[in-house]
Amino acid sequence: MQLNQYIKEELAKPNKDILLMTHIVLGYPSLDINRQVIAAMVENGVELIEMQIPFSEPMADGPAIVKANQEAIEQGIRVKDCFAFAKEMTKKHNIAFLFMTYYNILLQYGIEKFCADAKEIGIKGFIIPDLPPEEGDDFFTLARSYELDPILIYAPTSTAERMIRLNQSASGFIYCVARKGVTGQQTDFDTAFNDYMAQCRTATTLPLAVGFGIASKDDIDQLRGKADIGVIGTKTIRLVNEQGVEAVGPFIAGLRY
Amino acid sequence: MTTNGYYGQWGGAFIPEVLYETFQELNKAFEQAKADPSFWQEYLTLMQTYSCRPTPLTHAENLSRHFGGGQIFVKREDLNHTGAHKANNVMGQGLLVKRMGKKRVIAETGAGQHGVATATMAAKFGLECTIYMGEEDVMRQRPNVFWMEKMGATVVPVTSGSKTLKDAINEAFRDWVTRMDDTHYVMGTVCGPHPFPEMVAWFQSIIGIEAREQIMAQAGALPARVFACVGGGSNAMGVFQGFLRDPEVELIGVEAGGDGLDTGQHAARLAGSDASAGMAQGYRTMFLQDSDGQMLDTHSVAAGLDYVGVSPILTDLWEQGRVRFAAATDKDVLAALDLTMKQEGLIPALESSHAFVQAFKEAPEMEQDQAMIINMSGRGDKDIFTVAHAYDDPSWKEFITKKGAEYAA
Repeated sequence: MQLNQYIKEELAKPNKDILLMTHIVLGYPSLDINRQVIAAMVENGVELIEMQIPFSEPMADGPAIVKANQEAIEQGIRVKDCFAFAKEMTKKHNIAFLFMTYYNILLQYGIEKFCADAKEIGIKGFIIPDLPPEEGDDFFTLARSYELDPILIYAPTSTAERMIRLNQSASGFIYCVARKGVTGQQTDFDTAFNDYMAQCRTATTLPLAVGFGIASKDDIDQLRGKADIGVIGTKTIRLVNEQGVEAVGPFIAGLRY
Repeated sequence: MTTNGYYGQWGGAFIPEVLYETFQELNKAFEQAKADPSFWQEYLTLMQTYSCRPTPLTHAENLSRHFGGGQIFVKREDLNHTGAHKANNVMGQGLLVKRMGKKRVIAETGAGQHGVATATMAAKFGLECTIYMGEEDVMRQRPNVFWMEKMGATVVPVTSGSKTLKDAINEAFRDWVTRMDDTHYVMGTVCGPHPFPEMVAWFQSIIGIEAREQIMAQAGALPARVFACVGGGSNAMGVFQGFLRDPEVELIGVEAGGDGLDTGQHAARLAGSDASAGMAQGYRTMFLQDSDGQMLDTHSVAAGLDYVGVSPILTDLWEQGRVRFAAATDKDVLAALDLTMKQEGLIPALESSHAFVQAFKEAPEMEQDQAMIINMSGRGDKDIFTVAHAYDDPSWKEFITKKGAEYAA
């Protein structure tokens, strides 16, 4: 089932006006901890998980995720390990898993093989922040031929015209970056944000996910009625670092209700 | 080149979506500047009145005699204000910043030369300035950090990754995606997403335009060979552009051989066989990376050459066979620097000394009526700590020890 369909069916369930997507950096602090964190997330209702394949130059990420990428690589994580782990997760958990990474990882793996292998292990889509449609349209078409959704990104700096252009290349859902900057800093949900979300909604019929700085129930409440998916990224990485894996379940459980 | 910034299969513009409009604006400003002859005239006047242009072409008679082969000419980019060719690019981008009405500039720096040049430009044009510099390079190039701070720039040591040039570039991009409205990123070399490679090459073309006129006047003929060191590739692109249309002029780029190409401790992308095609930092080129696509640590005695990627324009010229690549080891670099100081009284930067190494290797095989140009991209006095350390100079060590004791007291 394609992501768009999955998201609509989940949203149609009683008492579900917003879905949750979380972010994992594979191999940080270890695949074993990733395994426990994912189990806790799924048990507490997360509908989508983006698994980041580490890259040495994570240009769009903030300090916490940069450090996670770097340490995972230093500890020896390989792309093939990420695929093996992802295969185990998709088998075990009946939610949607995506790969998030940078384009060079796909180029070195071979983009066709990357799509074929990702499809085979049950991955639903890709988020690649350094691949705009001007460079990526051929790849996006290839991905769709494997029934994988390339997730495109809207930014607060995107004009209405640009959003329509991006929508032409997009499928699954749109990832709306909540503010300028990199991951892991606070976001203000002010009038400008509401205008931005309204503009996003006008530009596409795809579901909207909102990420960058979403860290609490208050933040999720702010997104209700404006977005279809709230994305929790850096927050759970910090939580595991500071309070351990046990803190993840209760945190996720408290985000929506 | 195509309109989307490709040189053969290299280049492109792999930019995060949040910067799309910023790049539209930058492309527009750059296209307008290129189409406006008064812009280039304004640039020339600025460089003549602020940065000693045209820089001389020096006939290195003693070195020529020493090797007994080709006549060695040295293009003196060291005589630019701030001591390197970096000023050419920075002042040009400064004029663009004024046109775009931005109030703040940021830059990455490796050796610190581009950082110093940017801080200078910011001071002259009244712009706020932040420089990102790998922590390892901050340690290696302390005098440049001092001058940047004195000119009012904020220097941010970058502690992620390998703590060198590529990490400083990542950090500058992270700043830019946060503050693109009032900020311009002054990319220091002919790398990164389009339009930077073309833009920086355009400003640096002033080197080659001058060098071509000067060699014709002084040697009465085109040079047989032109040598330039290649980190990102901006000084090489600068001088090579003067001769690209002359197939009889051989162009040679010299990369950092570090401890030797077979040791893995180097930054030779095109001279060796360790690099492969990839995409990072916004553009496609040959990168030093592993089979997963993770960038490798590079090594060079010269911070300005210590970089994993290389200009997409040069990679295309290499693929076409128009530019030949060689590498110089740290050890050979120090020997070439020593010889150049003793024979000519010139102090090339460690980066520039790489070009001297290869020129010295080839000079004896050339005829005495053939000319060769070495682009001396910068002056070496900034490298005094590194060079003195590498020569293990006893009187310098004594001086530093005494100075240390004086500050500790």
